[in-house]
Amino acid sequence: MSRTTLDLWVGVFVAIGIAALLFLALKVGSISGSGIQSPYTLSAHFDNIGGLKVRAPVKSAGVLVGRVEEIRYNNERFQAEVVFTVDGRYKFPVDTFANILTSGLLGEQYIGLDPGGEEKSLAPGEVIKKTQSAVVLEKLISQFMFDKAADSGSAPAK
Amino acid sequence: MGGVLRRLGAMVVNGVWQLGFAARFFWLILVYSGQSFTRLHLTIRELYFSGVLSLLIILVSGLFVGLVLGLQGYEILQRYGSTDAMGTMVALSLLRELGPVVAGLLFASRAGSAVTAEIGLMKVTEQLKAMDMMAVSPIARVVAPRFWGGVISMPLLAALFSAMGIFGGWLIGVVFIGVDDGAFWSQMQAAVDFRYDVLNGVFKSFVFGVAVALIAVFEGYDCVPTAEGVSRAITRTVVSSALAILALDFVMTSFMFRGL
Repeated sequence: MSRTTLDLWVGVFVAIGIAALLFLALKVGSISGSGIQSPYTLSAHFDNIGGLKVRAPVKSAGVLVGRVEEIRYNNERFQAEVVFTVDGRYKFPVDTFANILTSGLLGEQYIGLDPGGEEKSLAPGEVIKKTQSAVVLEKLISQFMFDKAADSGSAPAK
Repeated sequence: MGGVLRRLGAMVVNGVWQLGFAARFFWLILVYSGQSFTRLHLTIRELYFSGVLSLLIILVSGLFVGLVLGLQGYEILQRYGSTDAMGTMVALSLLRELGPVVAGLLFASRAGSAVTAEIGLMKVTEQLKAMDMMAVSPIARVVAPRFWGGVISMPLLAALFSAMGIFGGWLIGVVFIGVDDGAFWSQMQAAVDFRYDVLNGVFKSFVFGVAVALIAVFEGYDCVPTAEGVSRAITRTVVSSALAILALDFVMTSFMFRGL
């Protein structure tokens, strides 16, 4: 059996097919993914997570440092328990603040970590105690309305 | 009334019968694959016919789909002042859906129909029977190489389709309209996940390859050995491949991309 031109064409086909896959992986999809190395998990309890989703980014100072792994309901505390991984290169103090924030007006929700001033760092698996829930638009509006109503209610009495 | 019921019953029984035969046929292909791989040039020849010869239609249609996505995407995104997200839109829609599905449909009508016609005509001219007489298994000699040729070329063709489409979107967006080149690629890279989007798309196209190749060889093997029977089998290949691709796509999408 000898090599034929047909083999050459099939070789070319397979080669450019694999090249296309590599292009999709490297140029389009950045194979390194989010670049999270040797991650460790942390968790936090929130009163309300708003629209936070699994795989949502975890950012500190605007830089991606991790991803949300799991969201579940804690029936003992009546709170949402969010488990997320953080890049092993980054350490955060034990009094770090975890907030649920929104990128842009219509953007996705993410967890923002504001480091505190303690010298001790959070160990893997630890729970962040200081959290702030997502802003719920209805609550914000109703607060504003009640304030207004209270203002206008007290004004004529003067 | 009785006649209608009888016909309905016959149709159901016939369908189940055919499904069982197709399943046994699939099993036989897998069993005889080892034997057919010892003569690799048979599979390489089929890779040439179903893969290399489908290249032109896949590349050209990929380019046009990308160009259209670019134009339509720009039209919609510019209303919200977010034309930077154009790369994301083009890449995600191609990688997740359009690449595997449209490449699969094109592949079924370009290569699947040819395979059915070839095997069907072999059956009409009793070549398959002749092979059986000479103790050459027609499944190992004819069917399995065509099956694997389709299964191997389908993911490669779908990847080429997606890559070409993204190039088309880039051509419209960056070269003709003037979206920022850096924003186009960086937003795309930030939004496209390798495992979640790229690998799921490749997996989809692999499943479509198995489905289309199996339907094509089965319809050819199962056809009524007349001129009319072959033409019906070809029609059935294209129709049931298209249905199988779209139905499987829905099932896989609902597993892969649940709104997490």
